[in-house]
Amino acid sequence: MSGNFAPGDTVQVISTHPPGHRRTPYYIRGKTGEIERVCGDFANPEELAYGFDGLPKKTLYRVRFKQTHVWSDYAGPESDTVDVDIYEHWLLPA
Amino acid sequence: MAEERGTHDHDHDHDHDHDLTFQPNIEDTEAGRYELMTYAIRELLMEKGHLTPDELRAAQEKVESLQHSDGAKVIAKAWTDVDFKNRLLDDGNAALAEVGVDAGAAKMTVVENTEDVQNVVVCTLCSCYPRAVLGMPPDWYRSKSYRSRVVIEPRQVLSEFGTNVPDDMTVRVHDSLADLRYLVIPRRPEGTDGWSEDQLAAIVTRDTMVGVANPIAS
Repeated sequence: MSGNFAPGDTVQVISTHPPGHRRTPYYIRGKTGEIERVCGDFANPEELAYGFDGLPKKTLYRVRFKQTHVWSDYAGPESDTVDVDIYEHWLLPA
Repeated sequence: MAEERGTHDHDHDHDHDHDLTFQPNIEDTEAGRYELMTYAIRELLMEKGHLTPDELRAAQEKVESLQHSDGAKVIAKAWTDVDFKNRLLDDGNAALAEVGVDAGAAKMTVVENTEDVQNVVVCTLCSCYPRAVLGMPPDWYRSKSYRSRVVIEPRQVLSEFGTNVPDDMTVRVHDSLADLRYLVIPRRPEGTDGWSEDQLAAIVTRDTMVGVANPIAS
């Protein structure tokens, strides 16, 4: 399994807004979280959507974010989280 | 309507139709762009001999035959067999295959509710859903309201489902966006000691495996 990140690593989601079929939701772009697990390598759905082969495969992670970090007015306790599936090319070390 | 009828002037004769409302036919709404594209692709696949009407019907029948009761059996087994539960958490697809469920290409990711954590699943982009174990998603799961709100104010949305999560518990939202599909193992309720797997499966509802509700011993 490839992938540059390991569970526990802190990562930042790239804040960019390219056109096309993207799998990283807007609300999480630019946010900082922690790798919860490495999920494996998958053909890139952002390429598959346009009839390309999606290769080379991209490593997929589950990244855990604190809700109070994602939403400035989050109403719940500090411990609440949102776990988001994010491909490696959307992540930077932080 | 009953009130209106009560005050209605009935001096006139009754040979005309009152305002009847009919259930609309499904063909009444104009097909949208994507619906038309789907029809066109289906016709092309059939014309070119890649797909027969019978194959299409069989595939639809298969998808629509999937039931959340399959997921409920899996949960009941996980509650009674800790080794199975651990295999399920470790490799969902392999553990499901053990009990005859083919989860397909998606990676089944199983998360467990505990006394400290309530998990809840959403797909904010569309409606990714573990159909292999839960069947077709309910309308609310696909609604824009659920998809946008559960990630921003999960506790409020859960309370609307009747699930009040105390502040000393963590609410963990899972946004299923890519190649993973999520299944929640709810907490086995008190008062179910000695229950058979069938009895347990009966209280594992669809919503408890999405995480918006919790099973009740009844």
